[in-house]
Amino acid sequence: MNGKTLVMGVIGADVHAIGIKILSHAFTEAGYNVVNLGVMVSQEEYIEAAIETNANAIVVSSLYGHGEMDCRGLREKCDEAGLKDIPLYVGGNLVVGKRDFAEVEKTFLDMGFNRAYPPGTPPEVGIADINKDLGLA
Amino acid sequence: MHNAILAVDFGSTYTKVTAISNEKAEILGTSKAFTTFETDIRDGLNAAVQELEKQTGKLNFSHKLAASSAGGGLKMVAVGLVPALTAKAAQTAACSAGAKVVKTFSYELTKADCAKIRQINPDLVLLSGGTDGGNKDVILHNAKMLAEIDAPFSVIIAGNKAAAEDAQTTLQAGDKHAVICGNVMPAFNTLDAEPAKSAINTLFLEKIIEAKGLTQAAREFSAPIIPTPLAVFECTQLLSQSLGDLLAVDVGGATTDVYSMCAGTPTLPGVALKGLPEPFAKRTVEGDLGLRHSQETLVEKLISDGATGNNLLPVGLEEYRKTCKENYAYVPEKNHPHAAIDALLCGIAVDMAVTRHAGFLESSYTPFGEAFSQTGKDLTGVRYVIGIGGSVIYSENPPEILKNATQKQRGKILKPASPKLLLDKKYIFAAMGLLARMDKKRALSILESEL
Ligand code: B12
Repeated sequence: MNGKTLVMGVIGADVHAIGIKILSHAFTEAGYNVVNLGVMVSQEEYIEAAIETNANAIVVSSLYGHGEMDCRGLREKCDEAGLKDIPLYVGGNLVVGKRDFAEVEKTFLDMGFNRAYPPGTPPEVGIADINKDLGLA
Repeated sequence: MHNAILAVDFGSTYTKVTAISNEKAEILGTSKAFTTFETDIRDGLNAAVQELEKQTGKLNFSHKLAASSAGGGLKMVAVGLVPALTAKAAQTAACSAGAKVVKTFSYELTKADCAKIRQINPDLVLLSGGTDGGNKDVILHNAKMLAEIDAPFSVIIAGNKAAAEDAQTTLQAGDKHAVICGNVMPAFNTLDAEPAKSAINTLFLEKIIEAKGLTQAAREFSAPIIPTPLAVFECTQLLSQSLGDLLAVDVGGATTDVYSMCAGTPTLPGVALKGLPEPFAKRTVEGDLGLRHSQETLVEKLISDGATGNNLLPVGLEEYRKTCKENYAYVPEKNHPHAAIDALLCGIAVDMAVTRHAGFLESSYTPFGEAFSQTGKDLTGVRYVIGIGGSVIYSENPPEILKNATQKQRGKILKPASPKLLLDKKYIFAAMGLLARMDKKRALSILESEL
């Protein structure tokens, strides 16, 4: 256990359940206390879980192509709820089809996410980054 | 002389007694007398027993059991962090212990919240907040705020275990009796009501019994006195073993209590469950829905329904309100117009309390059409709705009142769809809950024959 808590889940009306299970498993193995909210998670649910568990970061997954619509406003709601500067991560198949990822990444960083990942990013990449960002590595 | 078991319910107004046969599964008689707070609570008890023995002949009690809601019941306030998480968990735990949860607070307590708590003057405060290892700041802040309130309540700390000891120190520094028990939400979205429930029952015995003037009387009973709603809760729980899924409603002077015994999982396909997992045996207390002490909400609803033409406004409403305010124990004569107003308000209380108790559906429009999610328990499949408590059972037309517990049309509120309606005609639920603690089988067969 590294003493850090992560809240994660698949946002919006997205039901793709397998990826988040693997992510949750990988992060737990890496020493995190993982609060896995599963699929169909609303923005409010991430925030409430993060408040109650004193989470160090929120990891959002979106597979079905509507990530942009679902993620908009999450940063502002976090600010509103007192989760100031909580790191936000997002990955999966964020948009429909094959858009240039640099462009997609910019969209999500502008929305207030600390990092955004292209389709098929293995959990290890995320773990390495989050370790670094939380001062563990 | 018969041998019998005596079950006593010390209420705010009446002390009710039930004699149960020692040989057969049978009620020998019931009776009541005014609760005697001013002198000795045993005076009222003795009067009720004398009255009882007029029906049954002299009785020899092998066991004496008692529940109490005297002195306003076990008044509690629940405090948590996020409304849908630890605040709800704390409220649920306190309700399942038989408490009257007057109000639930979330996030940091403000000065205004503390003023409200002082005004409520609870017997106990259940303080939660944070999963184990989760948020500490808020529960510590709230301990500090509670410590400063000038009222004699005790505090049960059932929050983040990493903050519990500091919270206790803070509360003790403010001269509050404070005990620590297991977290009501040890991990995210897991409800663990048992530790808080048993801490509440211990404090009820240690502190509340004395505060309500029951110490002397308590010595005469064969088992510890428990809160009346807990006895009723255990009775409905027992009954569900024989009847299946059920709902019970008790409209009182100060609160309306709803008990549901069912899993409450979605009955419609493709519905996702949201929020805190619901307990199979669930009790809720609506502190603003009572026929006497807390009439305002009900009267307002009656008036607004009247304004929309749903109900004709009853004549004499003002006079009725005045009479009730002057005398909380007021019981109108059977054919008095006030009895009809009581019945109307009682129906509204049942409607609102069951609506709040029941789960609800929400639809969201997704790129793939409409998707439904359910928060709370789906009660549509519940087979029985049982009316308990004087205001329902002694009314002119109890089924008319109880119908308010059901869905008028299939909608988003998951109230029972087409249940059978039953009544606790003889007012024995508390007594049977007490009996069940010593003899489940006998209690169940009495209930089966009385309902
Ligand atoms: C199985 C599946 C389904 C199943 C899901 C069953 C279930 N309950 O899980 C069903 C049939 C229900 C389904 C439905 C739909 N699906 Co589908 N589905 C798939 C499929 C074949 C596999 C998904 C999967 O489990 N992969 C395995 C896991 C391990 O990988 P993963 O999900 O990508 O997750 C990993 C990584 O992405 C990464 N990751 C994920 N999130 C994050 C976050 C961070 C921060 C990091 C670092 C990493 C990371 O780590 C994960 C673990 O390794 C994919 C295609 C594919 N081969 O990927 C399509 C796919 C995801 N589905 C797709 C679509 C379009 C749909 C539907 C809209 C179809 C429709 N029109 O009805 C619906 C949507 C329903 C809904 N409301 O969500 C598209 C999405 C297209 C897009 N985004 O551009 C895909 C890509 C298929 C395609 N090529 O078109 N689907």
